[in-house]
Amino acid sequence: MDVIFENLPLYWEGFLRTLFLSVVSGIFALILGTLLAAARVSPVAALRGFSTVYVEVLRNTPLTIAFFFAAVVLPRIGVKFEQFEIAAIIALSTYTAAFIAEAVRSGVNSVPVGQAEAARSIGMKFGQVLSLIILPQALRTVIPPLINILIALVKNSSVAGAFFVLELFGYGRQLANANGDAVITVLLGTAFFYLLLTVPLGILANTVERKVAIAR
Amino acid sequence: MTTHVPGDALVSLNAVNKHYGQLHVLKDINLQVRKGEVVVVIGPSGSGKSTLCRAINRLETIEGGTISIDGKVLPEEGKELAQLRADVGMVFQSFNLFAHKTILENVTLGPIKVKGASKAAAEKDAMALLERVGVGHQAPKLPAQLSGGQQQRVAIARALAMKPKVMLFDEPTSALDPEMINEVLDVMVQLAKEGMTMIVVTHEMGFARKAADRVVFMADGQIVEDATPEEFFTNPKSDRAKDFLSKLLTH
Repeated sequence: MDVIFENLPLYWEGFLRTLFLSVVSGIFALILGTLLAAARVSPVAALRGFSTVYVEVLRNTPLTIAFFFAAVVLPRIGVKFEQFEIAAIIALSTYTAAFIAEAVRSGVNSVPVGQAEAARSIGMKFGQVLSLIILPQALRTVIPPLINILIALVKNSSVAGAFFVLELFGYGRQLANANGDAVITVLLGTAFFYLLLTVPLGILANTVERKVAIAR
Repeated sequence: MTTHVPGDALVSLNAVNKHYGQLHVLKDINLQVRKGEVVVVIGPSGSGKSTLCRAINRLETIEGGTISIDGKVLPEEGKELAQLRADVGMVFQSFNLFAHKTILENVTLGPIKVKGASKAAAEKDAMALLERVGVGHQAPKLPAQLSGGQQQRVAIARALAMKPKVMLFDEPTSALDPEMINEVLDVMVQLAKEGMTMIVVTHEMGFARKAADRVVFMADGQIVEDATPEEFFTNPKSDRAKDFLSKLLTH
């Protein structure tokens, strides 16, 4: 156990960086994912096509490839960053957005078609129907799957450790290398800090789900 | 058979055609509705009457012919269509109140977001409308907390809040328990008396007798008869209508 307490500052720093990566990527992914879902149900064929291709490609390739593109390929074609964190955020948010888009789309499909018809019949335009009537109802029904995706995002952020970003898992690996006699303890400590992020998310999902449920 | 009304038709359908796959649901429909007229559309299920009603504000697209509201041909998409729809009130069989909004918000949303009314003005109008249809005290509740009859009356108020030129009713009482049908019909009769132009698809023959200026009888996608209620119910001309009416009266 000593190895954990002695290295608490390192764990803490890793924890904060993981938190930072997760929160920032989570926000970008939620915005991008919702826009992709909106594009997917829009009357414009080109938007639907783009959204479909985006989701299918990102969802069906490993996260490592997204990281590789962001960290290695982007700088080669001229997109340079000061820190690898930015590459990590790009990779995590573009990858996670594909899953969020699918969840939101399933939520949109769960809203009865009469809701959109009623909104259109009082003269709302497509954007208003979507933002005022459909999405507010759709998002409420998909909170549990959305939180699942965010939990996966927190854990996926550990891949950043392999791309020069010292987050929780990156520090965990450093510590494990430095303390060959206490690898198990070090990894248990790492796992504990991940749980500190993900367990409250699960609890939040339950609470929010109960609070915002819509009676029909 | 259609009666052609010269001049001031508010809603005008000319040679309207529509297919669902192989099924020809609207066959060369011609119908003119004047301002202030109440037209009740009846007919057996599958006769195309709901499709007709929904086509008038383009919730159903049509393949041939034209539909015009107050002289303007229905645009196909976009902003112009939205503007025209704002002038056409629609009441659905399944109410379709916005499930995540309160009763008051259901009625104020259109005036605020579509017409740019101020919140205070929209709420004042909405409360007056809700009082008029008898559900004023339900204003802060959510739709699911109201009975079907109450929800449908709110839906009527929501449509009226846009100050429409014409109101469409697509089987407004078909999803209601029998004891709630009258409270909705009463509101509709009142509306008819006040001079609202109405196109009502319904199975309520009592309403047709009481409030309609004309009864349009549809079968197999065609308008078979177009007559006054008196004429239609006492002296139907077509066999199709006679058959339909005889089936109603046996119960």
